[in-house]
Amino acid sequence: MDKVIKKWFPLFALPTFVAFSIAFLFPFFMGLYLSFCKFKVVTNTTFVWFDNYVKAFTANGDFLNALWFTTKFTIVSVISINIIAFIFAMLLTKSLKGTNVFRTIFFMPNLIGGIVLGYIWSMMINGVLLTWQSTITTDAKYGFWGLVILMNWQMIGYMMIIYISGIQNISPDLLEAAEIDGANGWQKLIHVTLPQIMPSITICLFLTLTNSFRLFDQNYALTAGAPGKQTQMLALDIYTTFYGRVGWQGVGQAKAVIFSILVAAIALTQLYLTRSKEVEN
Amino acid sequence: MKNLKRVIALSMAGCMMAGAMAACNTEGGDTSSKAAVGESSVDTKDVKSIYFLNFKPEIADKYATIAEQYKKETGIEVKVTTAASGEYEQTLTAEMAKSEPPTIFQINGPVGYSNWAEWCADLKNTDLYNILSDKSLAVTKDDGVYGIPYAVEGYGIIYNDAIMQKYFATSGAKVTSVDEINSFDKLSAVVEDMTAKKADLGIDGVFGSTSLKTGDDWRWQTHLMDLPLYYEFKTDSGSSITSCLNSTELKFTYADNYKKIFDLYTNNSCTEKSLLGGKTVDESMAEFATGKCAMIQNGNWAWGQINGIDGNQVKAEDVKFLPIYTGVDGEEKQGLCIGTENYFAINSKVDAATQKASADFLNWLFTSEYGKKAVKDDLGFIAPFTSFGDNEKPEDPLAKSVLSWMEKDGYKSVEWTFGGIPSENWKKEFGANLLQYVQGQKEWNAVVDEAKSSWTTEREAAATA
Repeated sequence: MDKVIKKWFPLFALPTFVAFSIAFLFPFFMGLYLSFCKFKVVTNTTFVWFDNYVKAFTANGDFLNALWFTTKFTIVSVISINIIAFIFAMLLTKSLKGTNVFRTIFFMPNLIGGIVLGYIWSMMINGVLLTWQSTITTDAKYGFWGLVILMNWQMIGYMMIIYISGIQNISPDLLEAAEIDGANGWQKLIHVTLPQIMPSITICLFLTLTNSFRLFDQNYALTAGAPGKQTQMLALDIYTTFYGRVGWQGVGQAKAVIFSILVAAIALTQLYLTRSKEVEN
Repeated sequence: MKNLKRVIALSMAGCMMAGAMAACNTEGGDTSSKAAVGESSVDTKDVKSIYFLNFKPEIADKYATIAEQYKKETGIEVKVTTAASGEYEQTLTAEMAKSEPPTIFQINGPVGYSNWAEWCADLKNTDLYNILSDKSLAVTKDDGVYGIPYAVEGYGIIYNDAIMQKYFATSGAKVTSVDEINSFDKLSAVVEDMTAKKADLGIDGVFGSTSLKTGDDWRWQTHLMDLPLYYEFKTDSGSSITSCLNSTELKFTYADNYKKIFDLYTNNSCTEKSLLGGKTVDESMAEFATGKCAMIQNGNWAWGQINGIDGNQVKAEDVKFLPIYTGVDGEEKQGLCIGTENYFAINSKVDAATQKASADFLNWLFTSEYGKKAVKDDLGFIAPFTSFGDNEKPEDPLAKSVLSWMEKDGYKSVEWTFGGIPSENWKKEFGANLLQYVQGQKEWNAVVDEAKSSWTTEREAAATA
C-alpha cells in the first residue's frame, strides 16, 4: 500500500500543487524578491539590496506609528471581543426562549463587508458626535474607539458561535460531578468550562488576533488614517506607501514583507501558547 | 514520505523563484522602438484593436458609444477601460504590467510625465499636435512632445447670482454689482456683510463647506494652493509650472495670502469648523445647488454635479465665476485659474503600427464631425484645438463663464502651477494639516513650516526614485 502511494503521489498531488504554486508560492516569492528591488511596474525592476528595508524605518515615522497604533488596537479589541463573545455564548446556552433567533441576529454583522461597515459606522458615529460639534476625524482617539466598536460589532457574533459550539460540547457529566463535589458557579466556570473550551479559545484568539492586526477595509472606510496619519494601521500604511508615492513601491513591498513575518510570528506564538493549555477529554 | 514532499516543495519553489527573477530580468531590458509616432510610412492595416485607459469615470459610458462608432467607421476596436475615481495611477501601474497594456493613457502634466517617461512616445509628428491651438500647453522635453492636452479647465469662486442680486438690494450693501468685486478686501467686505445678513438672504452661510475629509480635500491642498504657488514661481519668461517643478525649495512667500482666503472660507461657511473633517465635495456641491450658500470654490466640471442634484434650485443663467482673490498686489486684473491636468500620451512600448493607430483615433475624435460633436455635447470638454469653430464651443454656463474670462481684455489667467507640486504625498500631508489647523489642533505657523520641509523631502525622494 505504502509503495503504491509513493508511486502515484506526485501525480495526484500535482493539480493541487500547481494551483497552490500559482496562487500562493509564486506571488509570495515574487513579493519577497520585489522587496529588494526598486520598481514601478513589476516587470521592470532594479535590484537594490536592503535599501527598501532601511527606508521603511528611517524615511519617516509612519511605519512605526502605524505599528504602535495597530498594537494598541489589537490588544484592546482582542480582549473586548473575546470577553463579550464569551458572555453572549454563556447566556445563549442557558436554554432561554428564542436563543436561535438571537444567535442568528448576532452572527449577521459578520456577513457584511468591511468597506460598507466602515462607511455606515462613520455616518453613525459622526451623527452622534454632531451633538458635540465634532466628527470622527476631530481627534485620533475617536477614530481609535470607533474602530474598536466597529470591530467588536462585526466579530462578536462569529466568535460567539464558536464559543457556543465549544460550550455545548462539554459533557454534562463533568458539570454534574463538579456540582456534587460542591463547586459553585464561578468555580465551575474556571475549573470545568474554561479548560474544556480551550480549543475554541485557541481558534477565537487566532481569528481575532490576526484579523485585528491586518485590518484594512474598516480602517480605510472609517477614518482613512485621519486626522493626519494618526489612525493609520499597518495594512493601510503599506497601501499608501505602495500607491501614494512614486518610486516607493519597493519600500511598500518591504513593509509588506515585514508585516507578513510579524503576523506569522504573532499567530504562531499564540497558537503554541494556547495549544499547550488544551486538555484531552 | 515526508522527505519526498519536502524535496518536491523545495525544488518547485526554487523553480518558481528562478522563473520569476528570469522574467524580471529579461523584460527589464525593453528594446521597443523610441521613434516618433506619426510617420506616414507606418502601415496600420494589421492593427485590430487599441486600448484606451480613461481617467474620467463620469464619462465612461460616453466613451463606449464613441468607441462603437469608431469601430463602425474603421473596423478598429477601441477597448476602453476606466479607472475608478482617484485610482488612476494604481490602475495604470497594474495595466502597464500586462501583456496587452494600454496604448493610449493619460498623464497629469510634467510630474506625471517624469513618472511615466519611459512609456511616453514622442508625439511631435502627430496630426493632433499640429492642430493644438497653443503649443505651449503640451508637455515637452528637449525637442520631443510627450503629452497633448485635450481639455482646458478653469476654476474660481462659483457664485449664485440670484442670491447676490438679493444682497445688492439690501440696504447698506457694500457693493452694488459683482463686477465691483475685484480684490480680496472687497470680497471679504461683501462676504462678511452677507454673513451678517444671512437670515435675510435665506442662506446658512456664504461659502459651501470647506470639505476636508481625506480624499475630498483637493480643492484646498491643490487648487487653492495654486495661487500662492503661481505668485511665488511666476517668471517673465517661461511657465511657472516649470520653475515650480525645478524648485527644490518652497519659500511659501504668500502663505499669509493663503491663510486669508482660507480663513474667509471657513469663517463664513454654512458649516461649523469642527465638522469640516467629515464633509465631502459632493455634500458641499449639494449645499450650493440647494441654495444653502451663495459661493463655492470649484471648476467648470462642477456644472454637471450642480445640475444633477435633486432639489437643485440654481438656474443655469445664475451660475458664474469670480476669480479667487488673495490680497496680492495687482490682483484687480487677475483672471480665473486656467489650465489642464489632462494630457494624452501614447505608449511607446507597443509596436509602431499600434502607436500610429492610437494617434489616428485621437485625431479622429477631435477632427471628425461625429467626434467633435461628441467632445462638445457628451464629453463636455473645452477642447484646445483649432479644428473647433466658434459655434462648436460647449454650452454649459460654467464653461461659457471660463471662456468669457479667458477672453477678457487685459486680464491674466492664473496658470495651474500646482502641476509642479513634488508628489501626491505632499498634497495629502498638507491637506491633513489644514484639517488640523481648522480644528484648532495645529498652529498656522506649523502648517507652513511643515509644507516647506515636506516640499524638500518629497522633491529629494522623487529625485532618487
